[in-house]
Amino acid sequence: MKTINLDYSAASPLDKAVLEKMAPFFTEHYGNPSSGHSLGEIPRKAIVEAREQIGLLIGAEARDIILTASASESNNLAIKGLLAGGKKKGNHIISSAIEHFSILNQLKTLQKQGFKVTLLPVDSYGLVDPEDLRKAINEETSIISIQAANPEIGTVQPLEELAAVARESEVIFHTDATAAAGWLPLDVNKTGVDMLTLAGDQFFGPKGSASLFVRRGIRLAPQVEGGIQERGLRAGTENVPAIVGLGEAARLARETLAERSAKIAIVRDELKEKLLSEVPHLHLNGHPEKRLPRNLNISVEFVEGEALLMRLNMAGIMVSSGSSCTSQALKSSHVLAAIGLTPELAQGSLLFTLSSENNVDDIPYITEKLGSVAALLRNMSPLYHQFLKEAQINA
Amino acid sequence: MPDYSEKVMDHFTNPRNIGEIGEADGTGEVGNPVCGDMMKFTIKVKDNRIEDVKYLTFGCGAAIAVSSMVSEMAKGKTLEEALQITNKQVAEELGGLPGNKMHCSNLGADALHKAIEDYMEKHGTKSASVS
Ligand code: FES
Repeated sequence: MKTINLDYSAASPLDKAVLEKMAPFFTEHYGNPSSGHSLGEIPRKAIVEAREQIGLLIGAEARDIILTASASESNNLAIKGLLAGGKKKGNHIISSAIEHFSILNQLKTLQKQGFKVTLLPVDSYGLVDPEDLRKAINEETSIISIQAANPEIGTVQPLEELAAVARESEVIFHTDATAAAGWLPLDVNKTGVDMLTLAGDQFFGPKGSASLFVRRGIRLAPQVEGGIQERGLRAGTENVPAIVGLGEAARLARETLAERSAKIAIVRDELKEKLLSEVPHLHLNGHPEKRLPRNLNISVEFVEGEALLMRLNMAGIMVSSGSSCTSQALKSSHVLAAIGLTPELAQGSLLFTLSSENNVDDIPYITEKLGSVAALLRNMSPLYHQFLKEAQINA
Repeated sequence: MPDYSEKVMDHFTNPRNIGEIGEADGTGEVGNPVCGDMMKFTIKVKDNRIEDVKYLTFGCGAAIAVSSMVSEMAKGKTLEEALQITNKQVAEELGGLPGNKMHCSNLGADALHKAIEDYMEKHGTKSASVS
């Protein structure tokens, strides 16, 4: 059976060029960059080069890039690292209601330690209002962390405006750009962000490769203590192949970003149009325009996401869902709740994230399958039967 | 996707007895407090036996399989027998459920029992042992 992966943000295959670039560092150039002898030389240089490429992707200088092993780690280093790093204004942190758990969960911990946290609300599209941010800032605010784009509903934040508000009040602004990096043009100087998280696995680099941009002058406390790797901010022998892979993925992303994003957006738009026009009772989540080029999030009314996902999987189509039943914690998506979706609609949410592998030829099949799966599950849904009864009464 | 047993996948893929009995003798509806899902059972009773049983389910793969299994287990049983069906039995019949899906098995038997109680109340046969 043909398989159509529409869940590329969960995992993507490595770009072949990335793999080729990484390969020699597993065997031939296995040296430790910290070594004084010649085995360390090539790995050391390779890291310098990778750091440069990562910097170029976001308009930053190589020396302001801290290499980490995941976006979660970068996010923890940014916030916990800053608050433990000495110079801070006070005990107040601002973030948004739709951040990733690597932000929200550390904020919960910090709250227990006595920090005050303000989570800004979002509108029904998932946008943070810069005015809300302005009002939330006080004398005590030490850091603001707002994502560049949401990985689930795809909504892209007005980053420049938000960063400008932070700057006016001289508060450090961090952005989790994990979902945006490699897909949207990002420039740390143009947008005026002070720290930025990105991860290679989101743009065809290896898993376990990520970075944090830290503007010069900002002092962080290491979250992994030990050796002096990464200027002492992150101890541990460098994972050279992963770093090389991230560098190469960043280079490819920068060179092909506009074209790659535009191409995928065309397929995504066509998929959206087809689904919304041919399958009844669908509901688009997130912003209609201000969204990540490869992201589509749709709620299928009257049915639950895990059942949808399983049925689609049986037809060779892979997607994910924000339904509580698909989450280990049995909680439905906090993002969908924050944009005001009813619990029923959140249960039926489907997340599609595309890649260059997807093309318009598959859209009729996907549409047909989603249509038949939705019909089949609605046929056994008490909510749908209820809806039909009410429609009859009204008619 | 959780690791479901073959039995669960079978009932999920080919759910038996879907639907709603038009003039049901008893109706039982329950919501899952854990995840927000719901199930509705309708039964037809003849000579104290469950002659027909149908259900509607808004829920995960396990919930759908559970409702299908419960309907099979209940069909033909006396009301007293059907009231003895436990969530644990349903899960066992399905070849087990993943740990964090056990709560879905609660829906099935609960909704069935409610439908039976509803019937008993309407017919004044609600026994003291049934709460
Ligand atoms: S019914 Fe929601 S997790 Fe099973």
